[in-house]
Amino acid sequence: MLRYALLRIFGAIPTLFLVVALAFLMVHAAPGGPFDAERRLPPDIEANVARAYHLDESLPDQFMRYVEGLTRGDLGPSYRYRDYTVAELIRGALPLSMQLGLLAMALALLVGISAGLAAALRSNSFLDRFITGVAMTGISVPIFVIAPLMVLVFAVYLQWLPASWSGGEGARRLLLPVVVLALPQIAYIARMTRGNMIAVLKSDFVRTARAQGLSTASIIRFHALKPAMLPLLSYMGPAMAGILTGSVVVEKVFGIPGVGQFFINGALNRDYTLVLGITIFYAALVIFLNLLVDLLYGFFDPRIRSR
Amino acid sequence: MSTRSGSNKNRPHGLRWRENKVVVVCIAILFSIAALALLGPLLSPHQYITTDFGNALMPPTITGTRLFGTDDLGRDLFVRTLMGARVTLFVAVIASVVSLGIGVLYGAIAGYAGGLVDAVMMRAVDALYALPFIFFVILLMVVFERNFLLIFVAIGVINWLDMARIVRGQTLSLKHREFVDAARLIGVSTPGIIFRHITPNLFGVVIVYVTLTIPQAILVESFISFLGLGVQEPQTSLGALVNNGVNYMEQAPWLILIPAALLALVLLCFNFLGDGLRDLADPKKNI
Repeated sequence: MLRYALLRIFGAIPTLFLVVALAFLMVHAAPGGPFDAERRLPPDIEANVARAYHLDESLPDQFMRYVEGLTRGDLGPSYRYRDYTVAELIRGALPLSMQLGLLAMALALLVGISAGLAAALRSNSFLDRFITGVAMTGISVPIFVIAPLMVLVFAVYLQWLPASWSGGEGARRLLLPVVVLALPQIAYIARMTRGNMIAVLKSDFVRTARAQGLSTASIIRFHALKPAMLPLLSYMGPAMAGILTGSVVVEKVFGIPGVGQFFINGALNRDYTLVLGITIFYAALVIFLNLLVDLLYGFFDPRIRSR
Repeated sequence: MSTRSGSNKNRPHGLRWRENKVVVVCIAILFSIAALALLGPLLSPHQYITTDFGNALMPPTITGTRLFGTDDLGRDLFVRTLMGARVTLFVAVIASVVSLGIGVLYGAIAGYAGGLVDAVMMRAVDALYALPFIFFVILLMVVFERNFLLIFVAIGVINWLDMARIVRGQTLSLKHREFVDAARLIGVSTPGIIFRHITPNLFGVVIVYVTLTIPQAILVESFISFLGLGVQEPQTSLGALVNNGVNYMEQAPWLILIPAALLALVLLCFNFLGDGLRDLADPKKNI
């Protein structure tokens, strides 16, 4: 297990480095500098601005400086939010985004697994058809369509919940964004759970357990549940990526001041360092989570380790 | 992978009328939408960029020529929706061709080379697989001034991983077949074998997975356009129309409902089509 863990951890480092290098190069391959769009400045001042942001150095020097900063958790200064560093902006917005993301993930797992199991155990029934149909719709309809439609129905027409973050308090304003963020993941998780469970219920060891006269309930609880749930663990990485992507939309639609909101504003204002910083932050988060999932998978399923 | 009734699961594949019916209906709907997107704007008396502030936010009507009403600048929504669908479908097809090219090339080389080359190449795919690529596309959009052509390429570049995996698997099973041995025996070069003998045989599988890549490309394009970073005014796409519709949701819900419904319909059809084709091509995968 230790060998496996070390291999995985050292495997993640080149990926992370690749991400940083790729993102950095993309931004710095851009034609023109970050301040070109503004009023023309006198050459001396322009040179001073360039020096202040280290834009006068060679590309390898700038890259080394950036990577060195990253190891200290420094993502550089924001080009648009003057007086703030990118790290400060992310740190300030992170608690809210995390609360939203974790709640959505919890909801998605709870509802997704329940619905998937219900569909698998009543395979080909009306309930199964209903759940798979809804799941297919949930996968096909993008989150930026779901979000405004939910606002239209629950906030504008029914007036049950506030339409925006600033229009409500506490749990009331949290409910709609969390549900919207969870919906696509519920669909994916329900579909996966159903497929896995049906496959496991057809396998030989379940047939043997049945032949031994065990009840369906105990077969499911003691034999089928673990192998059916295990593949779901490897979906946690993509699910996390999906929730991060979705949070950008949800934070925009509901006007929630989270990391995703900064990302869009940064992108629209051409705040290079902010967009670069958040991209690297998100990528690092996903890589870390995938590493964690890999380790957990190795822990729960010894066969993986020996590969 | 959708619902499957127990009665017909033992029939030979290709005869499952239910799957076939879904596939045929989806193809019919998609062709109608594509034809409408191409020809529809020509039939309407209105232009997609002509503003008419006197008639802004007009509701849909079946009596006049404003079939879907007008947007906040008085532009005809029927024509704009179809123009948006045209852009969305176009981006999706180009992006899929790009991802097809990269994926087939990469997968075929990895599969044919085998050994260490294969191991390293597929490990790289595994590593890339988990990254939130959409943020890199947005980064590109920010840096390169929302270049129209770049959207195609960027979306294509991120969607090739699945294709590479599938193609590699197929290549592995093809490379020891007699016709490949025969080609090698008469002195065909390795690139020659890969391009003239292996890739043509991948066609069936590749077609199925392209159908599944297209909705992903549509999703990415409309996502970026929804954030205001993709297709720029006065050009439009379905995602950009939904984005604009959000602002007028209360006074003029048709501005969001019509493009959103069309987008959802297109995505649903592609997903059902891909699923149906996959089931037909690989009956063993049925669960």
